[in-house]
Amino acid sequence: MDFDFAAVRNSADYLWQGFQYSLSLTAFATCFGILFGTLLAMARLSSIKSLNWAASAYVNLFRSIPLLLVIFWFYILVPLMTGVQVGAEKSAYLTFAIFEAAYFCEIMRAGIQSISKGQVAAGYAMGFTYGQNMRYVILPQAFRNVVPLLLTQTIILFQDTSLVYVVGATDLLGAASKVANRDNTPIEMYVSVAIIYLVISFTLSRLVKQLHAKIAVIR
Amino acid sequence: MVLHRYTLFDTTESTMSIIRFNAVNKWFKDLHVLKDVNLSVAEGEVVVICGPSGSGKSTLIRTVNQLETIGSGEIWVNGQNVIDPKTDINTVRADVGFVFQHFNLYPHLTVLDNITLAPIQVRKQPRVEAEALAETLLAKVGLANKRDVFPSQLSGGQQQRVAIARGLAMQPKVMLFDEPTSALDPEMIGEVLKVMKDLAHTGITMMCVTHEMGFAREVADRVVFLDQGEVVEMATPAEFFSAPKSERAKQFLQQVLSPMH
Repeated sequence: MDFDFAAVRNSADYLWQGFQYSLSLTAFATCFGILFGTLLAMARLSSIKSLNWAASAYVNLFRSIPLLLVIFWFYILVPLMTGVQVGAEKSAYLTFAIFEAAYFCEIMRAGIQSISKGQVAAGYAMGFTYGQNMRYVILPQAFRNVVPLLLTQTIILFQDTSLVYVVGATDLLGAASKVANRDNTPIEMYVSVAIIYLVISFTLSRLVKQLHAKIAVIR
Repeated sequence: MVLHRYTLFDTTESTMSIIRFNAVNKWFKDLHVLKDVNLSVAEGEVVVICGPSGSGKSTLIRTVNQLETIGSGEIWVNGQNVIDPKTDINTVRADVGFVFQHFNLYPHLTVLDNITLAPIQVRKQPRVEAEALAETLLAKVGLANKRDVFPSQLSGGQQQRVAIARGLAMQPKVMLFDEPTSALDPEMIGEVLKVMKDLAHTGITMMCVTHEMGFAREVADRVVFLDQGEVVEMATPAEFFSAPKSERAKQFLQQVLSPMH
């Protein structure tokens, strides 16, 4: 059997586009997910019952539904609700941001809960409002404590972005699959793409390990 | 005429006593931890609160700035009723410095940033001014050369001195100390007590929960003895240490003053 890896080189530009989309989807979902997830975490830890309930419902809902289903949902729902055909790529941004926020919420909640009562009291004793205490005392420490967890979640997220290919979006895997069909080079394309996912995920997880060790020293 | 009466009223409210407990009670579920506490601290006064462990000393001092809520009664601080929901508790707290047993410095900030954070964010003081004050205070507590290090690089005694500087940076009317030397190694207690003694002599109002009877004897204007949530005795240090009235205070003093072995 002959393998024609020149096919990969010939379609490099197209794959690169797909890869860029995968990265930007990961970056957007991570940033939005952490931001919104942090707000959700504060709501989940809030003493205000309704806020607490709403945030818990949100998190439990998205953590109980397969991501693939949510991708389909938004792909169908967003055009129905807005009346605009936004396309698979754009609807995936929304999907991932909203879905990942539920997971980032749980990480940030653990981070906030890891801060001692003494720290919280020290902030309030200075006359800080809840918002100031969160911003200057609790969140910076909470965030630092969970950086390895956040990065691990980001690695998972990066791999999960490949699911968007089911709605026809051209991410890295989507691009590879389209080229594979066109040129009849499935093995070459899927092997190459697998190597790219592997190298990136593995490098990042090594980084997480190093960070873990570093944070352990700081503590 | 009306103005005159108002001025008179204002004087009794704020300059006579800076902290006042009126019939304060607190329960933790079934446990009655503060029993009908009546106590007032005059401006410039140094009051030491002592008593056996579990007597409610820490709870009592934490109610002043509402780190602990109370069940019934009133607490007035700087002329404001801190129990009243209409009182902005943050403005009350900004004028009350609090030093914790476990220092509670912010580990992610340098010593300087620990001290300037609240003045900049709460008092809206310009950074330059806040830093100048912080450096003066650091010099006062003997840590001028530590401004750029992180708390984890300091000894317990040094951390506690930074915590005192942090409290003072808000230029508070009152400083509260909750067992400031209890978490320290013996050789570091002295350096913290010295800072506290210097502070007491500046005329600032201090309320201090401590087991350091030497400190109480030397700088306190009044000693309050608390047992099982009750104020059992309130006297000058001279009276309290030489002639305690209650049996409970006598017992307590015997335990803390005589060597254990």
